[in-house]
Amino acid sequence: MQKKDCVAMILAGGQGSRLGSLTKKLAKPAVPFGGKYRIIDFALSNCHNSGIDTVGVLTQYQPLALHSYIGMGSAWDLDRKDGGVFMLPPYAREQGAEWYKGTADAIYQNINFIDMMNPNYVLVLSGDHIYTMDYAHMLNYHIMKKAEATISVMRVSWEEATRFGIMNTADNGRIIEFQEKPAQPKNNLASMGVYIFNWKTLRRYLEDDARDVASKHDFGKNIIPKMLLNGQRMVAYQFAGYWKDVGTVESFWEANMDLLNDEPELDLYNPNWKIYSVNPTRPPQQITATAKVSQSLISEGCTICGEVEHSVVFPGVHIGEGAKVKNSILMPYAYVEPYAEIDKVIVGRRSLIERSAKIGSSDAEIIVINENTVIPCESDIKHNGMVPKRQVG
Amino acid sequence: MQNVMGIINLNGDEKLLKEITECRPLAAVPFGGRYRVIDFVLSSMVNSGIENVGILLHDKYRSIMDHLRSGKEWDLARKSDGLFILPSGQPRLPGSKLGDVDNLYHNLDYLENSRQQYVLLSGSSMVCNINYRKAFKYHQDSGADITILYKEMAENEGEQAEGMSLILDDTGRMLDMSFVSKTLGVKRMSMDMYILKRELLIEFVKECKSVGDTNLIRDGFYKNRDKLKIYGFQYKGYFANIHSLQSYYKHNMELLKVDKWQDLFMKAGLVYTKVKDEAPAKYQESAKVANTMVANGCIVGGRVENSILFRGVKVHKGAYIKDSIIMQKCEIAENAIVENVICDKDVQITAGKWLKGEKNYPLFVEKGTVV
Repeated sequence: MQKKDCVAMILAGGQGSRLGSLTKKLAKPAVPFGGKYRIIDFALSNCHNSGIDTVGVLTQYQPLALHSYIGMGSAWDLDRKDGGVFMLPPYAREQGAEWYKGTADAIYQNINFIDMMNPNYVLVLSGDHIYTMDYAHMLNYHIMKKAEATISVMRVSWEEATRFGIMNTADNGRIIEFQEKPAQPKNNLASMGVYIFNWKTLRRYLEDDARDVASKHDFGKNIIPKMLLNGQRMVAYQFAGYWKDVGTVESFWEANMDLLNDEPELDLYNPNWKIYSVNPTRPPQQITATAKVSQSLISEGCTICGEVEHSVVFPGVHIGEGAKVKNSILMPYAYVEPYAEIDKVIVGRRSLIERSAKIGSSDAEIIVINENTVIPCESDIKHNGMVPKRQVG
Repeated sequence: MQNVMGIINLNGDEKLLKEITECRPLAAVPFGGRYRVIDFVLSSMVNSGIENVGILLHDKYRSIMDHLRSGKEWDLARKSDGLFILPSGQPRLPGSKLGDVDNLYHNLDYLENSRQQYVLLSGSSMVCNINYRKAFKYHQDSGADITILYKEMAENEGEQAEGMSLILDDTGRMLDMSFVSKTLGVKRMSMDMYILKRELLIEFVKECKSVGDTNLIRDGFYKNRDKLKIYGFQYKGYFANIHSLQSYYKHNMELLKVDKWQDLFMKAGLVYTKVKDEAPAKYQESAKVANTMVANGCIVGGRVENSILFRGVKVHKGAYIKDSIIMQKCEIAENAIVENVICDKDVQITAGKWLKGEKNYPLFVEKGTVV
């Protein structure tokens, strides 16, 4: 194994429980997004586009979808002779098996992996954020500032600042104080959960943290405050651009809808910063003579005979004649029969909306329909409590 | 089908396709919104369980090699067997008579070293989605030396078709084979796909070469039709023979019918192609699209009717595209009007331009042109 300059570690074990039934069978990073992607595609594509060729993916909650999706990483050009993608679920050792107890513990338990790669720097990422970012640029900044740790931050609104880890910085970018979800924020520079550490330093802190029984083994709560306390040189790297943590059904829906503006903040069409994903083998979409489509993203293999407005449509979806789809997200292979009307609905994979069913409305809550669910003919569903749980086969 | 190897012969007659094959072989001509013509035969072979495929190149082969690369998209990047690129021994000079015999002879090592007992030899102008297993079983059951796949043409289709017509007896044995053009009409059109023993193919290649014959089908198979048992096998699925710009246009447009779309892309198996990692197609607020096939990566702000948009096409607000085929990465600017046009890759139609061809004679715009 050649020595690596920088190894990326993507934290992808989270359940994302606030996403409700969207994460019933898969981890949050594996949730489909944007008409063709899964959330983790953004972190993986950023790695590839930033020239990072060694990536560890730490999985824990419902890892099957994620493991089979990533495979050997060829979709992101991460099937490499030297390096590449490594799936790192918790494992058993001589003293027994342990789950990852926190973000820092997940990295700690994989010290052997990182040592094997022997990098100078470790880039710690979250697998459930939607953004495009050049990590190479951040790494250069880290090296230029001679920092022990660099934390990527972005300006958020003052109301939102209470939900984030807030960095207070000196003029030279050095972090002087860190507040985790402060009630009275002194600043609005929020941590994006993207960190670069000098590996030797981080390794020492991880080992200390593992011995600390009182610790929550979390980067934001333990490692970062401890490093600050000890006076380590830590700097903030300011990011400007689109970034979203799709933590709730609302923010997931919003992030999808954000893509539908004529000039969206997040550019999926930049030939120099492609978002890679496992491509379904499907023909081009068919927009038939009876169809009307506007302000929407539609993917390969779809047959659209009805009206689609302001919606995100994944591969292989069928929308029948006279059906109306508005403000909705249709997961792969969903089937909408003729004259059904849906508004502000997330339709799960392979679900069937039967003829003339009516679901949701643009001024009500977002209705989530699980995968493989049948919504019978003529039903009129106004809120989530009315969604039937009957599954197809 | 592990006992069958595939060979796709790119050495075909392309003169009627004009500019569209100027920079590429017919096999590499973009088709059906995101594919190249070769994808259909190649995917059919792979879906039928063939694991060893040789591509017999002729000339202008940069684009086909760029498309196929390692064969990974077709699951043909393998440790043993997989995809083999078989270039011709010498470049074809204009007017020279080098044919597929020379080409095969030059790659005799590949034929001799392959471990499969049978060969499926296919031309490259046919678009179809076929499960070869049935044809192979027929070949084994009938005891034929050579099985030729054919398509029964409907009456109105046959008149426009061009290719080899088969004359079969009641048992399916081939009595004669003739080249037909537009005027004669075809009843049973040869699909230019042949199943035979590998040893037999090698024998033909050596024999033809030794007497200076150049065309394997004419000089090898046809001349020996009395000595050989040549049978026809009828294929019943989607079929298109791309032999002219008109037929190219017609067969692309045909895919706008939902049943044809299903038949070609889904029925026998999925069709693989080089992946471009394009984002989903985006329809802006001003988009008006009807009866159109759209590939990923397109951004549509204008009006599109009865057309095919390949990957990464941009249609600006106020533009109007009708009855046209717009290939990869073309850009149609504001208020441009395009009707009955085939735009090759990377064409830019600037604002306010008006381009119009005829239904039976579409206007072709060469690759990279700025209008």
